[in-house]
Amino acid sequence: MNNPYFSFNIVSDLMTMWQYDFMRHAFEAGTIVAIVAGIIGYFIVLRRSSFAAHALSHVGFTGAAGAVLFGINPLFGLFAFTMSGAAAIAILGRRAASRDVQIGVVLAFMLGLGVLFISLYSGYATEAYSLLFGEILGISVTDVWTTLIAGVIVLLVFAALYRPLLFTSLDEEVAEAKGVPVFSIGLAFMLLIAAATSIAVQVVGVLLIFSLMVTPAAVANRLARRPIHGIAISVSLALLATWLGLFISFYLPYPVSFFITSITFGVYILLRLIQK
Amino acid sequence: MNTETIIQAQNLAAGYAGKSVWKQADFSIAKGDFVGVLGPNGAGKTTLFRLLLGLIQPISGELSIFGDRPKRGNPRIGYVPQRHSVDSETMIEALEIVRLGLNGNRWGFDSPKEAKSGRDEAFAAIEAVGASALAHRPLGLLSGGEAQRIFLAQALVGNPDILLLDEPLANLDIRRESEMVELIQSIVKSRGVTVLLIAHNINPLLPVLNRVMYVANGRVATGNPGDVLNSQALSALYDSPVEVLRDSRGRIAIVGAEEGAHHHETHE
Repeated sequence: MNNPYFSFNIVSDLMTMWQYDFMRHAFEAGTIVAIVAGIIGYFIVLRRSSFAAHALSHVGFTGAAGAVLFGINPLFGLFAFTMSGAAAIAILGRRAASRDVQIGVVLAFMLGLGVLFISLYSGYATEAYSLLFGEILGISVTDVWTTLIAGVIVLLVFAALYRPLLFTSLDEEVAEAKGVPVFSIGLAFMLLIAAATSIAVQVVGVLLIFSLMVTPAAVANRLARRPIHGIAISVSLALLATWLGLFISFYLPYPVSFFITSITFGVYILLRLIQK
Repeated sequence: MNTETIIQAQNLAAGYAGKSVWKQADFSIAKGDFVGVLGPNGAGKTTLFRLLLGLIQPISGELSIFGDRPKRGNPRIGYVPQRHSVDSETMIEALEIVRLGLNGNRWGFDSPKEAKSGRDEAFAAIEAVGASALAHRPLGLLSGGEAQRIFLAQALVGNPDILLLDEPLANLDIRRESEMVELIQSIVKSRGVTVLLIAHNINPLLPVLNRVMYVANGRVATGNPGDVLNSQALSALYDSPVEVLRDSRGRIAIVGAEEGAHHHETHE
């Protein structure tokens, strides 16, 4: 990169950064991830399942680390582990609210396993580092396509589940009596979280996934009177943070993840102060 | 009083995992009945509701509702559970919760047209419970009595023929309690709805009940309030001496009943 300068002409700035493939790919993948994370995240917050989402990303880390160790594409390991972790969490604890202990138990063991994989792996530590903190500037065309296809599948399944998912998220007892298959919906949603997590890890990494999946959604949950507005706010904030984060990082030598997390965190804190 | 029978049970036994909570229950409920479901904690009052909702199957015996076996998701039944899992932090407005009672069990999204008509219907249900001022308030910020009205509207929104209300008077002060009873009574009258209402304290309900199901000691006694709520009938039910006392205003106190409950405290 030959010392880009910020020019106050946003359009020409964007044109400049989009001349670089890695920046274009980052914007493309980042946009998909922000939309998926914003939507799924809003329901994570509504269902108070944020600890489960947090745990899944860590389980995913173990899977990815294991895949690296055995010379497999880390995305496969990530996906396989988050999906099985999601199924296990859904089956272990029937009621969403009572899952903390079961999830914690699985989480601790999984992280232990992850540490083992990392220590066994004699290659570069950067692999582990990018899993933990994301590597949005290293995204290839293939990655963008993979992200797009996975994102579209997640959103299609989500759209099909929308009303019963909302019903069980807000009022599980009545939903059950109304004939909603509460357990299957819960399981399906955990699998959606797993898929969304796998997608989002490339952008913000395992450790920072909360900043895209939960923080914008938490802001939305405090503002929106209607679920559809909540989704809109959550997605907008995730998009804003991703775009702005990428934009700033083009000019400053610090990690994108830092900017994204700071923007969402800043908005959350601001809102808490205003709503005091 | 209309005599069309809509709920009928013969030699019905209910429970969980093959263990009965109560058995040998025979009862029939007619259209327009206002039924008070009474009895000690853990006697199996909520179990009765779960049977009618099709959430559990009878251990033995026959139960029919509108001439059919109970099935889950019956649109002719409106249900208000004792506890709702609604998050107190969410700002989602009451109207949206009520709307879910209408079509929350269907797949996919509302079309814009469905969303509009759904919101209109939900608002009408909220108006019917006299809570239109609460329609756009966040559910998490409502008081116990206000939330109870919204849940009642949610149960009413599809125009059901039966309302199952699990402890709708719990946590209400005396004034709110009598307001709620009056509201339910007016719904019963104006819509011809049949109500089964679980309550701890029978007294606020005495003016409006026309039937009582008393669940205790592994049995269910059903009949007119006067026939069930007397010393002789309850002593027979509990198989031990129970006295029903009445004060000068007709209020009831049941003495000697609570000890009998402990053998059956498995659920609720």
